[in-house]
Amino acid sequence: MRWGVVTFPGSLDDHDALYAIDHVLGQTAIPLWHKERDLHGVDCVVLPGGFSYGDYLRCGALARFAPVMESVAGFARDGGLVFGICNGFQVLCEAGLLPGVLTRNRNLSFVCEYVHVRVESAATAFTRACGPGEILTLPIKHGEGCYVASEATLREIEEEGQVLLRYADAGGRVTEAANPNGSLHNIAGVMNRQRNVFGLMPHPEHAVEKALGGEDGLKLFRSIAASVAAGHTESVASVAPGP
Amino acid sequence: MDEPQVTAALAAEHGLNEDEYRRIVAAIGRIPTYVELGIFSVMWSEHCSYKSSRRWLRELPTTGPRVLQGPGENAGAMDIGDGLAAVFKIESHNHPSYVEPYQGAATGVGGIMRDVFTMGARPIANLDSLRFGAIDHPRTGYLVHGVVGGIGGYGNCIGVPTVGGDMYFDAGYNENILVNAFTLGIVRADRIFRASATGVGNPVIYVGSKTGRDGIHGASLLASAEFGDGTEHKRPTVQVGDPFTEKLLLEACLELMERDAIVAIQDMGAAGLTSSSVEMAARGETGIRLDLDRVPLREEGMTPYEILLSESQERMLIVAKAGSEDVVREVFAKWDLDAAIIGEVTDDRMIRIVFRGQEVACLPLEPLAEGAPKYERPAAASAEAEARQILNLDHVALPGDYNRALLGLLDSPNIASRQWVYRQYDHLVRGNTVVQPGSDAAVVRVKGTHKALALSVDCNSRYCLLDPYVGAMIAVVESARNVVCAGAVPLGISDCLNFGNPEKPAIMWQFVEAVHGIRDACNALGVPVVSGNVSFYNETEGRAIPPTPTIAMVGLMDDVTRHTTQWFKGEGDVIVLLGRTREELGGSEYLAQQGILTGTPPWIDLQVETHVHAVCTRAIQDGLVRSAHDCSEGGLAVALAECCLSGSVRGELGAVVELEGAIRPDALLFGESQSRIIVSLRRQHLGRLRELAERHETPFTVLGEVRGHRLTIGSLIDLTLKEMRQVWETALPRRLGAA
Repeated sequence: MRWGVVTFPGSLDDHDALYAIDHVLGQTAIPLWHKERDLHGVDCVVLPGGFSYGDYLRCGALARFAPVMESVAGFARDGGLVFGICNGFQVLCEAGLLPGVLTRNRNLSFVCEYVHVRVESAATAFTRACGPGEILTLPIKHGEGCYVASEATLREIEEEGQVLLRYADAGGRVTEAANPNGSLHNIAGVMNRQRNVFGLMPHPEHAVEKALGGEDGLKLFRSIAASVAAGHTESVASVAPGP
Repeated sequence: MDEPQVTAALAAEHGLNEDEYRRIVAAIGRIPTYVELGIFSVMWSEHCSYKSSRRWLRELPTTGPRVLQGPGENAGAMDIGDGLAAVFKIESHNHPSYVEPYQGAATGVGGIMRDVFTMGARPIANLDSLRFGAIDHPRTGYLVHGVVGGIGGYGNCIGVPTVGGDMYFDAGYNENILVNAFTLGIVRADRIFRASATGVGNPVIYVGSKTGRDGIHGASLLASAEFGDGTEHKRPTVQVGDPFTEKLLLEACLELMERDAIVAIQDMGAAGLTSSSVEMAARGETGIRLDLDRVPLREEGMTPYEILLSESQERMLIVAKAGSEDVVREVFAKWDLDAAIIGEVTDDRMIRIVFRGQEVACLPLEPLAEGAPKYERPAAASAEAEARQILNLDHVALPGDYNRALLGLLDSPNIASRQWVYRQYDHLVRGNTVVQPGSDAAVVRVKGTHKALALSVDCNSRYCLLDPYVGAMIAVVESARNVVCAGAVPLGISDCLNFGNPEKPAIMWQFVEAVHGIRDACNALGVPVVSGNVSFYNETEGRAIPPTPTIAMVGLMDDVTRHTTQWFKGEGDVIVLLGRTREELGGSEYLAQQGILTGTPPWIDLQVETHVHAVCTRAIQDGLVRSAHDCSEGGLAVALAECCLSGSVRGELGAVVELEGAIRPDALLFGESQSRIIVSLRRQHLGRLRELAERHETPFTVLGEVRGHRLTIGSLIDLTLKEMRQVWETALPRRLGAA
């Protein structure tokens, strides 16, 4: 399969996503430039971490207007897989491709550390290589990762099984102490209702090698690869909503 | 244009003394214009000219088979094999960070990164060495939050990981904090860019942010004078950083460097357009003519004086190959940045500035650069220097409770866990961080090779105040020991020499002693100084900081899989001390906690030190040891506690240790004798390690075993890991509040 990794001005983890896909996963990854609309026929678009346009306004607020985002929105409408990491998650929320919004961390400061997240549903295109309820250890590094949504939206995404990752402790308990940024419902990652757009605050591309903080992130990349190999629309259709 | 009349008095306001003003008039044969006076004042400032330090810096070893670029360029470069070079430098941003901590620290980080990518290297790691006043001083909390926030704000946003650093609190920095920022980058060894303007007729191109009125006279007035009353009023001389623009500038510069368009390139840092153009022309032995009407400006009505002296950030000056102007424009347009041709290289060894069709400055390069004043200032130890060394241990009572003494040290802001700081920094981006913050040295791999680089910054200024020669030696060897503990061989250093007012003989004496200490330690270790920075005038109303010659050490390891960390790895491993513990308490954190600040720093025998390094390096390369940790502040007891407590896996491994020695028990536990490393290893390797130590004449003591969930040291110490962790991890957040 072919992956595309978008570079906005101010994208920082684009190289790391390319490296994870190319060097570690062994698949083809091509850079996509924010000024271009052509997605070069990729099977999955990755929106990487960073501070697009400096994020001097709200995070992701400017990136959504980049020419490439028009194509990404169309690609998502047509059922293409879109995977937003950290700033990419923020961009997807700002672009209306994902519900909710990410605000300043509860303690107001940037935090870089490893956290545990619980996989809420393994029956999706993004998590199929994980076990249900599996605990992944992934790093976070953000100042604005506090997931917020209206009561109605929260209810809806919970009912529809759109919450894919939740901050938890090592034993899988979803607790206040395990919540690094104040996210509502400890939400670390959500997907859209059509189940083909997924955003998360942790950085799976920084957990792909044993020598550098573990390999749990690979499971998400492998899930996407397996879904594309299986023709992901089919897998999406066959999945019942989660708990 | 109405310009002030140039007189000796106006020159004095620019920081030039009467004699210097006379020399300027003599050198150019007339009274300088106002603009020219501005140019001289920055070029002859201590910050740019190194006029008080140059004579001494020449004594440092700066050459070696791996040195590709020594001091004198934007940064130093060393050959690391595989056709690659490590480019690195440390630089101070002290005064601005005290006046405006967030922006001061942020632009310090931005400035040092530009110095590195100017050489063509992609920055892959940052370190920061910080010194604050007493932690309970009313201003300290504000300064720590500002500085740490600024470092994170800039570094996190540009995508270069901050992988380590050091931090001390001492009342000697109450009114003058230190922010020393270090960057390391990687470049192809045959593709290092330098800053020598050659090729008459080549265009001089300005790239990056527009020029504004910020930072005018940062170098001359802020960095080259003592603080007095009204420090707050100097806030306008502090620059404002924009890491987003710097990220674009970084990518655009590196992309342009692939295109064979650049002859020379230099950051517009201190003294902005003036120093970058003068220094490039001086190195190239050419000349430069600049047309200020073409400089991209942020505000209207800027005068030539302001344009030349602005220290607006995120700007570079490029000398391009004639004919490649369009390539430069194309690359910078892609990254939405300004690129303006503002002048050309000439052959008259002059710097000529044109504004609105008129030549407003026309100065020979020689007196501006090489011909700047050089002083051999008087140096003499003060009477206090000798008094400081007096310490009679007979008057120091032994602690009644050694457990409490150890907990007290783990609670010290100088020893406690630094997690409060480094969790605010992205230390992972670019995916090379093999050893994250929290061990003796950070380790970053070099992609495309099997190699890695170990990085450490170090300086115990308490030692340096007691004896600047010994203290500086210790700074070098301890930073070397740190990278050795990580499994690397010391490669080279960059030094950041922070001192008070050099016009005072007592300060100059500290400086000369410290330079000699660095010289002798570097010679003993075979490690060159390839870059660095001198920061004088860290002094407020006559109160100088303790001498702080900060050393940033870079070590090279050929096989990244052989790296080692400081924390214990497995139950049942044997704990061994390499090196000897003497009855030394002078300058220790232990005595400082009792308010005793006199004495002599620990003894240092450079030959013994190199032997200990040899044993540790070989043991790691042969896979004999599983952890290695330098013994430093807080001595053996604190080092053992750190072996138990640190580590990303939240090591829950305790230790049972027996200590023997015919010295005071407090010195045995908390003394800071040098040249000591604690290693842990599987019992089966003990014989081979002992043999290795004997071969290198290194003292070897089996201390005990990794076991359980307590730290027990003979009959003196018995603490659970939990109670130690509680103190060690909360010491900073408890005092500094939420991050």
